[in-house]
Amino acid sequence: MSAALDRILRGKEICVCAGAGGVGKTTTSAAIAMGMAARGKRCAVLTIDPAKRLANSLGLSELGNEATQVGAERFAAAGLEMKGELWAMMLDAKRTFDDLVEAYAPDTRSRDRILENRIYRELSNAVAGSQEYMAMEKLYELHAEGTYDLLVLDTPPTRNALDFLDAPERLSRFLDSRSLQFFLKPGRTGLKVFGRGTGLLFAALKRVTGVDLLQDLSEFFQAFGDLAEGFNERAVRVSKLLSDPRSTFVLVTSPQRDSIDEAVFFNRRLRERNMPFGGVVVNRMHTEAGSRSSNGALGDDLASVLDEALAQRVARNFEDYRALAERDHENVTRLAAELKGEPLIIVPYLDDDVHDVAGLAVMNEHLFA
Amino acid sequence: MGVKGRTVDQNARAVSLAAVPGLLDKRMVFVTGKGGVGKTTAAAALGLMAARQGKRTIVCEVSQQERMSRAFRREGVGFEETELAPNLNAISIDPQRAQEEYLRLQIRSKALYSVLFSNRIFQYLAAATPGLREMVTMGKIWELAQLERRWVKAAPYDLVVVDAPATGHGLGMLRTPRTFRDIARAGPIRRQADQIHAFIVDPKQTGVVVVALPEEMPVNETLDFRRMLDEEMGMDLDAIVVNGLYPERFNGAEAERIADAQLAAVDGSADALRAALSEHHRARAQRVQLRRLRREAKGEVATLPFLFEPELDFDDFERLSRELEKKL
Repeated sequence: MSAALDRILRGKEICVCAGAGGVGKTTTSAAIAMGMAARGKRCAVLTIDPAKRLANSLGLSELGNEATQVGAERFAAAGLEMKGELWAMMLDAKRTFDDLVEAYAPDTRSRDRILENRIYRELSNAVAGSQEYMAMEKLYELHAEGTYDLLVLDTPPTRNALDFLDAPERLSRFLDSRSLQFFLKPGRTGLKVFGRGTGLLFAALKRVTGVDLLQDLSEFFQAFGDLAEGFNERAVRVSKLLSDPRSTFVLVTSPQRDSIDEAVFFNRRLRERNMPFGGVVVNRMHTEAGSRSSNGALGDDLASVLDEALAQRVARNFEDYRALAERDHENVTRLAAELKGEPLIIVPYLDDDVHDVAGLAVMNEHLFA
Repeated sequence: MGVKGRTVDQNARAVSLAAVPGLLDKRMVFVTGKGGVGKTTAAAALGLMAARQGKRTIVCEVSQQERMSRAFRREGVGFEETELAPNLNAISIDPQRAQEEYLRLQIRSKALYSVLFSNRIFQYLAAATPGLREMVTMGKIWELAQLERRWVKAAPYDLVVVDAPATGHGLGMLRTPRTFRDIARAGPIRRQADQIHAFIVDPKQTGVVVVALPEEMPVNETLDFRRMLDEEMGMDLDAIVVNGLYPERFNGAEAERIADAQLAAVDGSADALRAALSEHHRARAQRVQLRRLRREAKGEVATLPFLFEPELDFDDFERLSRELEKKL
């Protein structure tokens, strides 16, 4: 069942790591980029996570919108031979959004109308799908520049992994707000289109929002209407790049029930959309072996090397971990059945918490086995 | 941590246990933390603890993942307030439904309401307005926490426990009412957003609990969250709950004997010996992180034990809630 990541990533230029929060996605992304860099590639790992997890794990104090190279001495200290280069950066979603507005506004007036709109300024991060989309957008831009052999994207923490895939569509829907302009321009032709009901609708809306907010919202949607076309074309190109054979999705999961359920759904969705799927990485899997029936024998074996009381406690402890291993095994078996032979990489629950270059190197012994 | 507000010297700020018994006397407790640390478990344990103390409690889920229902082996509770155990209720807040409810209350006129709701463009507008989902979700949480519920038949709760999104999104959610207040200069949304914001920043009414694991990154994220909560909201944490603490099953001398035994081990016992050493190693590493958290948070941190159960059930939550009761 095991496959190595270097095989999955052969010929790939983009690796998107997806998965729910808390499954080790950032760590896995960093490990993948580091592993490929060690093999001679020029790799960059991108994150949108403001919690500095990636910076933490690479031993960098800060990450910014510009790529930072991880110094060779860090790899040497971890006993790792680094043939290539490892770069890391943290995406600034708001700035990327601003840049897009800049690029696609038909004129400076439209541009300023958006950039200065209070709703845009305060809430553009809350536009549905915008964080996810901006991550894809930056990926597209970096790929077009062609500076790196491989780009690894740590997808933003979403409610569930599927939100990432839906982002371009949701954002397109949002931007395609031209129909709203009719409605939101009282006194123009729009009112005629909607007839008498519209007056009532305005009355209802005003009662809920107040006049000021309604005006700002109206401005906000109108301003975006001017951008819709350029934005949508771009979104199509970004989506295309992600379905290109040069890209691959790696799904990261924990062996626990909820996270496995989500991995199963995500895999189905990728398949439905014909997205390039690389495989699954299961992190922190309990792998304590042995079957329950051999308990008596285990007690005897332990008693031959330890005093009885300690031997019993060691046996009980093993029993506890074996129960967890059994659970993990059942969950992963369920996932494997769903994958129908697609690569599944298991990273065992390591003794040491992975949070630095040395830890990533240990993780890579499993990822690149 | 008791003392709230920007005026407090950050370095001198201390977690004061004396203030924590008051945690359950607030109207709302917001439970957040890094993804995967056990926020739902901690929220359920807090809810059970309050319920046992005779408080009519409701746990709110906001991610529509029905984790509470799963935890209590129930069908999805959905948007209905559902009793899971005596005094303990749950609800999963669906922003769409919360928005409908809000509008019904706001508009009052049936005719106007139906004009809005049958209007496709309105639906579109509502879905596209950034932050509205978070705003109506916070609004519903606030509504649940009012002693005078807006619905005539709705019984009031003594405490609302929110199983909130992970730290970054969680903070965003707390910030949303203020953002709406600032954007809407006048009108009903401004009034309400202002009211909800005042409720959130009032330490007598709202408490914030962060859940962490005793590991490097969750500890860092907890400390970062605390700093940002202060910077952005002028608020402080009420408690830190460290989840999943391994028992110290073997002391150092025993670990040495186990390591020695590995050299002489017969086939069948090697795995068991290794598992014991791993346990010892992890339990110790966790305590290093726990000490660091205690040192940097300058005060008490409540811990919950790691339970060696493949899936947690009601009895496990009950047990965890009793642990929490001892420590908070």
